[in-house]
Amino acid sequence: MATTAVARRLPVGGAGKGATGWWGMILLIVTEASLFVYLLFSYFYLGSMARGAWPPSGPPELRLALPNTVILLLSSGAMWWAESGVRRGAQGRLRVGLLITLGLGIIFLAIQAVEYSHKHFTPATDAYGSLFFTITGFHGAHVAVGLIMIAVVTLRAWLGHFSERRHLAVTNVSLYWHFVDAVWLAVFTSLYLSPRFV
Amino acid sequence: MAATAPPAAPTPPLHERLLRIWETPPGLFGILGTVDHKKIGKRYLVTAFAFMLAGGLEAAVMRAQLTAPNQRLLSPETYNQLFSMHGITMIFLYASPILSGFSNYIWPLMLGSRDMAFPRLNALSYWLFLFSGLFIYSSFLVGQAPDRGWFAYAPLTEGAFSPGLHMDFYALGLLFLTVSTTVGAINFIVTLFKLRAPGMSINRLPIFIWGTLTTSFAVLFAMPSLTAACIMLYFDRRFGMHFFDAAGGGHPLLWQHLFWIFGHPWVYIVVLPAMGIMSDMIPTFCRRPLVGYTFVALATVSTGILGFGVWVHHMFATGLPDLSTDFFSAASMVITIPSAVAVFAWLATIWHGRPVLRTPFLFAAGFIVLFVIGGVSGVATAAVPFDRQLTDTYFVVAHLHYVLVGINVFPVIAGFYYWLPKMTGRMLNERLGRWNFWTMFLGFNLGFFPMHIAGLLGMPRRIYTYPAGLGWGTVNLVTSIGAYVFAVGVVLFLVNVLWSIRRGPPAGPNPWDAPTLEWATTSPPPAYNFEVLPSIGSRHPLWEDRLAEGAARSVLDRGPALDEGRETLGITPLDAEPSEILTMPEDSLYPFLLALSLLVTFYGLLTSVWALAIAGGVLVLAMTVGWLWPGPEPEAA
Amino acid sequence: MLQSPTYLRTFGPIGDRVAALGWSLLIISSVVVLVVSVLVLAGVWRRGTRSFAPVERAGGGLRWIVIGGIVVPTVILVVVFVLTMVTQAAVASPATAPGLTVRVTGHQWWWEVQYLDPSPDRIATTANEIHIPVGRPVRIEVAAGDVIHSFWVPELAGKTDLIPGQTNVTWVQADHPGVYRGQCAEYCGLQHAKMAMSVVAEPPAAFDEWLARQRQPAAPPSEPDLKAGAAVFAGSACALCHTIRGTMAVGRIGPDLTHLAGRRTIAAGTLPNTRGYLAGWIANPQALKPGTVMPAVPLESTELQVLITYLQSLN
Repeated sequence: MATTAVARRLPVGGAGKGATGWWGMILLIVTEASLFVYLLFSYFYLGSMARGAWPPSGPPELRLALPNTVILLLSSGAMWWAESGVRRGAQGRLRVGLLITLGLGIIFLAIQAVEYSHKHFTPATDAYGSLFFTITGFHGAHVAVGLIMIAVVTLRAWLGHFSERRHLAVTNVSLYWHFVDAVWLAVFTSLYLSPRFV
Repeated sequence: MAATAPPAAPTPPLHERLLRIWETPPGLFGILGTVDHKKIGKRYLVTAFAFMLAGGLEAAVMRAQLTAPNQRLLSPETYNQLFSMHGITMIFLYASPILSGFSNYIWPLMLGSRDMAFPRLNALSYWLFLFSGLFIYSSFLVGQAPDRGWFAYAPLTEGAFSPGLHMDFYALGLLFLTVSTTVGAINFIVTLFKLRAPGMSINRLPIFIWGTLTTSFAVLFAMPSLTAACIMLYFDRRFGMHFFDAAGGGHPLLWQHLFWIFGHPWVYIVVLPAMGIMSDMIPTFCRRPLVGYTFVALATVSTGILGFGVWVHHMFATGLPDLSTDFFSAASMVITIPSAVAVFAWLATIWHGRPVLRTPFLFAAGFIVLFVIGGVSGVATAAVPFDRQLTDTYFVVAHLHYVLVGINVFPVIAGFYYWLPKMTGRMLNERLGRWNFWTMFLGFNLGFFPMHIAGLLGMPRRIYTYPAGLGWGTVNLVTSIGAYVFAVGVVLFLVNVLWSIRRGPPAGPNPWDAPTLEWATTSPPPAYNFEVLPSIGSRHPLWEDRLAEGAARSVLDRGPALDEGRETLGITPLDAEPSEILTMPEDSLYPFLLALSLLVTFYGLLTSVWALAIAGGVLVLAMTVGWLWPGPEPEAA
Repeated sequence: MLQSPTYLRTFGPIGDRVAALGWSLLIISSVVVLVVSVLVLAGVWRRGTRSFAPVERAGGGLRWIVIGGIVVPTVILVVVFVLTMVTQAAVASPATAPGLTVRVTGHQWWWEVQYLDPSPDRIATTANEIHIPVGRPVRIEVAAGDVIHSFWVPELAGKTDLIPGQTNVTWVQADHPGVYRGQCAEYCGLQHAKMAMSVVAEPPAAFDEWLARQRQPAAPPSEPDLKAGAAVFAGSACALCHTIRGTMAVGRIGPDLTHLAGRRTIAAGTLPNTRGYLAGWIANPQALKPGTVMPAVPLESTELQVLITYLQSLN
């Protein structure tokens, strides 16, 4: 019976997976992922309706984008390393891991900026330009938001806010960061790779 | 850290203690900072209703213009702004927020909790809703209200064909609103997962909960499509991008796909909770449980899912291949089945029960009839070749009003008659209620049924005037008269509410002898909802003494009191076993300030004053960090 | 006297098939509404009370859901779907291949109508009035000049949208001579309300004669009044926007006026094509159709009179 169950000693506040905050983050990711699905749908839809070549200027170069993809994947690894650290109470691993993630994320954005500067088209050139910059720009904005979150969590890690049991913020930021990386893989596959195969 | 939660029985000192913990302090801080779901719910209801009155006023002016052919009361500019704002208001600022209002107020009470999962996010949703509505309405102040219809087909909305700020208000205003709706949806889902009373397994959820839960999931998947569309529209207009511009490699139909991928699920988003209200209310007044609970719950969920597969039926005339239109035609017909299931569940409940003819039930009975009329005319529009005649005529206007007024407004008014006594502690006037029902029901049918005929006579929608001699004059005159009778009904409702607040007889905790948990506490409920948190043993906790539904019994008078701070019980999502004690946040100004900062950002984007937009953005960031610091979890302790 | 352009009383093979489907749907719908309304009323009548009865769990009722909610609707929907598919297939294309293609281009707020022909000099261009031969299918190609419009002649066929960036194809056929009113059915801005047209179905011989005339350039003015009118047209803003084939006027912004006098209406079905309305329209179009692209043309009264005489001679 439920009444006897509530008499048990219950923890105060959920920790990690299953907490209200964790569910909130999962649902935020669900809806954000849908946003990218619609953006990529728009890309493929306009591509399928295009009269001329798609992309009009040929597939985007991989010279910067491929290494950048690797950098973002490495940052996900660092984040995983940091989070699994805090679960074992390894504060040093948490702090170092977060810093590495932060650094790799910043490098990703910098390389993205360099790639933008090499483009011969702008968002106003044609629909492809609008799509390319909007989709990668939106992803970039998500990276930036993720970096701010990581920065705040890093600061808190240094202030000793987290422990083996209490690290929901780390879990949530880590989830978000892995999501941002997964989105990049989808964006990269759609924008950079798919034109090479179709 | 762990706390003991012994079952306690309610005592007067407990009441005092809990009140001190939960009550919002009076004064400005309390007004702007409250996170009480009941206060927020009432604000949603009042604000959404006010927007409905504004939208109704817009309609009333339009109906004056259309009373006879060749009227010159309104210029085409004014008419086009009015019909666009009428649609935007009713669809976005009334139909969904009013249901959020009910859900906000009722959910924690129905679920046996002390608040929503994220009370501060809840406050944020409200402020965002209010500010985005005011943002959109501020367009009237500069005489540039949106004027391209609520579904705003490109390229008519592109810069080249729509100069001025009209459609920037639209694109940005809706973007602003989507944040509110999304945050609200997340809150409802997590509340359901984590904050139900122990023992409230999913087969014991009221149908209203199923309705709002389904729509909340639908919001998470559908809303981003509108977000993407509005962002693209704003980019096209402001930065010369080409998403919807055929000459630049874009395509006008991209807008239609994105809009209706959002738009059709949205129709179900604004009716499923309302149908849920009916499914819970009809049994109360029929003095028996709902017939076919499982069928209706499944029908609710499957409607929400199927709702994602029918968007192309808005696009049958756009030159898509027959194979594609046939598929969507079939899907649009299949979605009728769950609705039919619900209708016959209600009918069976009436026939196998003893319906009490009080005002809420009258609205429910009227609702069933309107629902069926809106449903069958919907099937007609799913038949592709006939739809190509019906679409964009007044037949469709009639259909969508039967759906939205029939399945949203009638249940909402019924909901007020049903739950207002819970909210205010006072009953509404029964005799006035009856007058209210009959004026609204007859006025609505008098006004909107002839619209079907106008459509069948070939009258297109969205025309500010029409020539004489086409046989459209009489039906339009009748429609206008009916619309004004309906408006009188709305006024009667307002009079009744005002009367009730001042003079209504006391309601007591459960004036309708209803079965669900919200009736287990006083009317109005105290700030903390329940002195001791109940646990649930059946679908009808307050009818258990009379129904033999299994062996389990709900416990309402003993339970954890959690009187050491703002706390409520967390459960495991599936089994509804208690798993933790949730610390709930104190009142806070952050939600209000964050929404205000976002308003600044949006005015910056509207006016292209980028400094303002950036300043707003920095403020948003600062508020967010301030809000979350040091995190909602008591880690630092 | 105009009648309502209803799609339930039709004059061509598409319209007829769809009207039959429409009537079936309306009858089925009415029956469903009637049955449910009776069930609600009878339920309330037979079971309703004034006071709260004790709560009880009466058994049964599931049969209602199975029969009324699942079985009967499924049967009805299958019937409706089959009717829909049969109708859809029947109206997809005409029995015989159309021998004539008309290209209709939507503009804010009028219709450009071209009778296509392999040789460019045989293409006839007119506006807001489509002539078709009775009993013969006509292929209609629709395109948009600016925003989305929708081509709709209720008594003949359902809508086909005119969408920038794509050309949609449909067909119409009228089995009875007559004038059928059409109107733009997709909201296209300020004067969406005043964007009508007519389809004139005439016997094939009369149609052929009409089309041959439309292909001709305008006859050169012979009388002094007409010459004066033509000079006003050429010398004023008119010629910047309108074409009169056979003259120097080759504007493409407004409708082709080569055979204006033969049309029934002006300003896209807004006004009858009479001397008085023509004068009023030219003098102050914004008063009659606020927002129309056509500006007021400042003319002396005598200039206006000869201009109208000239325009009325264009047949």
